[in-house]
Amino acid sequence: MSDARFMPVLAGHAAASDTPAPATPKNVPYHGGPVNPSAEALQARFGDAIHRVDIVWGETTVIVERSRVNEIVRWLHDDAGQRYDYCSDITAVEFRDFERPIEVVWHLRSLPYRRFIRLKCLLPKGQPLAVPSVFDVYRGADWFERECYDMFGIRFDGHPDLRRLLMWEQYKEGFPLRKDFPLRGRFSRSEQLRQILSQNPEAKYSMEELSVLEAFDELPQDMQQRLGKGERVGE
Amino acid sequence: MGLDNRATETSVSFNPSSQEGWVTTKLDFLVNWGRANSLWPMPFGTACCAIEFMATAASKFDLARFGMERMSFSPRQADVLICAGRVPFKLAPVIRRIWQQMPQPKWSIAMGACASTGNGIFDNYAVVQGIDTIIPVDVYVPGCPPRPEALMYGIMMLQKKIMNERMADRSLRHEMEPDPTSKLYIPPALIDELSENFGNSVQQTRSGL
Repeated sequence: MSDARFMPVLAGHAAASDTPAPATPKNVPYHGGPVNPSAEALQARFGDAIHRVDIVWGETTVIVERSRVNEIVRWLHDDAGQRYDYCSDITAVEFRDFERPIEVVWHLRSLPYRRFIRLKCLLPKGQPLAVPSVFDVYRGADWFERECYDMFGIRFDGHPDLRRLLMWEQYKEGFPLRKDFPLRGRFSRSEQLRQILSQNPEAKYSMEELSVLEAFDELPQDMQQRLGKGERVGE
Repeated sequence: MGLDNRATETSVSFNPSSQEGWVTTKLDFLVNWGRANSLWPMPFGTACCAIEFMATAASKFDLARFGMERMSFSPRQADVLICAGRVPFKLAPVIRRIWQQMPQPKWSIAMGACASTGNGIFDNYAVVQGIDTIIPVDVYVPGCPPRPEALMYGIMMLQKKIMNERMADRSLRHEMEPDPTSKLYIPPALIDELSENFGNSVQQTRSGL
């Protein structure tokens, strides 16, 4: 949209006039129930890339092919009949069953049509944990993907700045939400403390971060020099 | 009036009939009395303890009665660091830097179970098990979170501690950085080995993980 004016989205304004008014659903079955029409549209358009459609507690989950995630999300976002304009979460699930693949989950919401869809893609054990990034569709996916990388070690191909988000960038112990990660970390407490205290708290910035760019002239001289030379930490 | 009557005496002479008031005291007592009753806290609030700390500072409990009416949000003008809440490892260098920026004399209070010990439920990969592993702590206030009365009791304990300080004791204000070349330095591996019997949480297996 080239129009620079802010246009508020009225929830449900694009839905058909016979769509029932929103209300809290009652007596929702565990499996089955009305399917999100976007799931059928996806099957019609992408065919083999849509592996399965589940309806769990009234919400539609679509299992998709890993390599075509970006294309599918882009279509859901752009198509005039879908308009999924809000990416509310990107996360991953690992199960205790070691045979079961890790799932990456995208939660998308269409405000104009009042629809919610959950995309999943399965990453079998033993294969590289990588999925396409949807950063070019939703700028808001930036930190979701960084957090998911930080906690699960899943690489999002195409993300411009895939660094750790919650743990500090030089964190060496692995990916905390994986099932093989011990609750208290791999290193002893004193070793963990020694590692973090030897970090320089000011070295965690890159020129790409907007707040640093804006305040660049106010930074200390040595930081200006380091960042000016293109120093990036924690890659 | 005050400017005209400036005292010009260069020596002290005792005159029982004078109306001037005199107090004799120990310098230690005077200095400590002044310090204890004008502590400026540096609040380091990270969790629910900070809410209790705010309640303590607000009108109902009124921390100002203890000379702490000025919250110092800059460490350079602060006397006492009140760490209220859990400290994740990512904040460990931050709280140490804040402590180093505070000028002497300085004290610190670990408010609540998380800041004192890590609180057990936060015994995980991300949380520091007590801020006394990062900075020296004068008073531990138990509770989850402690009520304002508990924090004020801790503050009064700190005031008592300050009243007992002696200026001649240089070791009170002596800051030591860990020096690996010193004979007193204990490497982390040895700390782990020594503390294993005393509940080093890495070796504990009570949750089976």
